[in-house]
Amino acid sequence: MSNNMNNQGLSNRTDDVTAAANATDRVATNDPTNVLEVKNLSVEFTTRHGTLKALNEVSFSIAAGEVVGVVGESGAGKSLTGAAIIGLLEPPGRISGGEILLAGRRIDQLPDDQMRKIRGREIGAIFQDPLTSLNPLYTVGHQITETIVTHLPLTWSQGRNRAIELLEATGIPAARERIDHYPHQFSGGMRQRVVIALALAAEPKLIVADEPTTALDVSIQAQIIELLKKLCREQGAAVMLITHDMGVIAETADRVVVMYAGRIAEVGKVRDVIHAPRHPYTVGLMGSIPSIHQHVERLVQIDGTMPRLNAIPQGCAFNPRCVKVMDRCKLERPELHTLGSSQVACWLHTEVEKNER
Amino acid sequence: MNADRVDNERASDAVLASRQATLVPEQRPLIEVNNAARWFDVSSPWLERVIARKPRTVLRAVDGVSFSIRKGETLALVGESGCGKSTIARMLVGLYPLTHGSITFDGQPLSNMQGRKGLALRKRLQMIFQDPYASLNPRWRVGRIIAEPMLAHTQLSEAERDERVSALLTQVGLHPTDQSRYPHQFSGGQRQRISIARALAVNPEFLVCDEPTSALDVSVQAQVLNIMKDLQRRLGLTYLFISHNLAVVHHVADRVGVMYLGRIVEIADRDALFTTPQHPYTRLLLAAIPDLTGQGKSRTPVAGEVPNPLNPPSGCTFHPRCPHAREQCKAEAPVMQNFKGIQVACHGVVQGWEMG
Repeated sequence: MSNNMNNQGLSNRTDDVTAAANATDRVATNDPTNVLEVKNLSVEFTTRHGTLKALNEVSFSIAAGEVVGVVGESGAGKSLTGAAIIGLLEPPGRISGGEILLAGRRIDQLPDDQMRKIRGREIGAIFQDPLTSLNPLYTVGHQITETIVTHLPLTWSQGRNRAIELLEATGIPAARERIDHYPHQFSGGMRQRVVIALALAAEPKLIVADEPTTALDVSIQAQIIELLKKLCREQGAAVMLITHDMGVIAETADRVVVMYAGRIAEVGKVRDVIHAPRHPYTVGLMGSIPSIHQHVERLVQIDGTMPRLNAIPQGCAFNPRCVKVMDRCKLERPELHTLGSSQVACWLHTEVEKNER
Repeated sequence: MNADRVDNERASDAVLASRQATLVPEQRPLIEVNNAARWFDVSSPWLERVIARKPRTVLRAVDGVSFSIRKGETLALVGESGCGKSTIARMLVGLYPLTHGSITFDGQPLSNMQGRKGLALRKRLQMIFQDPYASLNPRWRVGRIIAEPMLAHTQLSEAERDERVSALLTQVGLHPTDQSRYPHQFSGGQRQRISIARALAVNPEFLVCDEPTSALDVSVQAQVLNIMKDLQRRLGLTYLFISHNLAVVHHVADRVGVMYLGRIVEIADRDALFTTPQHPYTRLLLAAIPDLTGQGKSRTPVAGEVPNPLNPPSGCTFHPRCPHAREQCKAEAPVMQNFKGIQVACHGVVQGWEMG
């Protein structure tokens, strides 16, 4: 802790901050245990009306076996971060700066054919709508087996047996018969199990799960989260869990990245971010979630809406909605600073720290 | 015409005043739903049926529900997709006629709502829909959207309508100049406010809100829920609030009804339902809520899914998923009974089985 503080003055650059950070709060570094490292990632969209910066210098990392949640409201850039990592940015979106490293290897500049070998083999993806991520014209068995045979040195029949094992592991009853069914013959929850089996088929190092339970009912949602947690722990896969539901993060993730308007507002251990949020946006976000444990007459609300990409305010992007806005926030953009075991991009906390010293 | 309008205005002022006087929920029910059902015929076409000798198939979306809502109260209905909660919403505003049973509003049967003579009744209940992208006409300006109910139900002049639209927009936290813009120029939360302004345009007493915040981000959801609560307090509104999100329901509701496969399985006051849930399905739903406080706690994942409503299980429709099901549950459908001040439809609860 004091170590962190001493280093605070050196530089705002994430690398230096990391040097001071203890083992539990990893930022982008060349730490070999990190499965995924995202360093200063920026994504731009070139449009007729100019260039829009949708992601602005986003840095975080995920260690093997770790579940990192990415939360934020619609348009915060959380799905875009996922798409950039998987290499599925839709043009005109493009990575305009920064690096993405998978197990120490740079993957953001790989040509399509090499990236295709990584997707499925090293990175598995789970999307929100299970129906659109499965091909309606093939049986689920065919789709899973195809993934296995493409990426692993197995014959079709060996692959099929493995597919059956995977379906059993995801809790699909009578997997041996169900494997020859088409996606439309499964219910929503069962379909999402198939998608999870598909994502895990080649034992990837990293799973990118983009809103995996949003389309499901609460009782099914609980089942799927348990399953995802269990399987990833068994395989030791790193998981990037993108969701807008703080409850899902609270139950699943080890650390959480809070995004706002294409930037990271706060990174920290889930417990810290939930119980002692530092960034005013995180404070507002946590307060706006209704709870069944206490009754409040009015929820905390954050007035206004997230800015559009073409009108992100100068300085801190959150300044027009912030209840604790200062003059500095309107002019200078805050970088991520280490604060305890969290990192926060807010002038409020750098000011406080200076005063303490 | 002019005098008529003044009368109308005065009448609605009086209604407003009397409603404001009774902010505490009254005992007299405003809405009474008695064994109401809505079945849908989903059979294949006649010829196919005759050739394949298939019987008619009837989907019992809502199969005999009874509840009442007192004036100034919020009743929430929760349940998973396909349990019939949206069908009830549509039945209550008269969008679906009933297959059997009855619904009365302030003592009048809802079947009186059709035609010209039902106009006065229709004015008193309005609906807010789930998807603010689909429920606003993209080719109309916001002012026209909000003024439309006034055209149907009041004789206000154009200037008066404009004035009221401005007042309504201010009331829901938008700006009066927003009325000259189109829906696509607004965000999801702002659109839902426009829907609320439209629903309030004719001073209704009862609002049916079908998942009004499900399509919104949490911070925006908080804005909309706060506005809805403020308006309820100020205008003495009665809400039927439909949601699948139990935390939202806990925030807004006075009483909560839990639905499963077209039936209500438990109705209780909010605090009773959340602290001492009785029906096994209610317990399942409560256990499935992601918990912000207990990190890493393992939820008791309940096996199974909602069965196909076309072919519901015998007896109590929840028995295949119920951890406490016995032979009686498979054979005999439980009826709603009063039990310790709540209403519950479960053999086990009423007979005091050990259910841990």
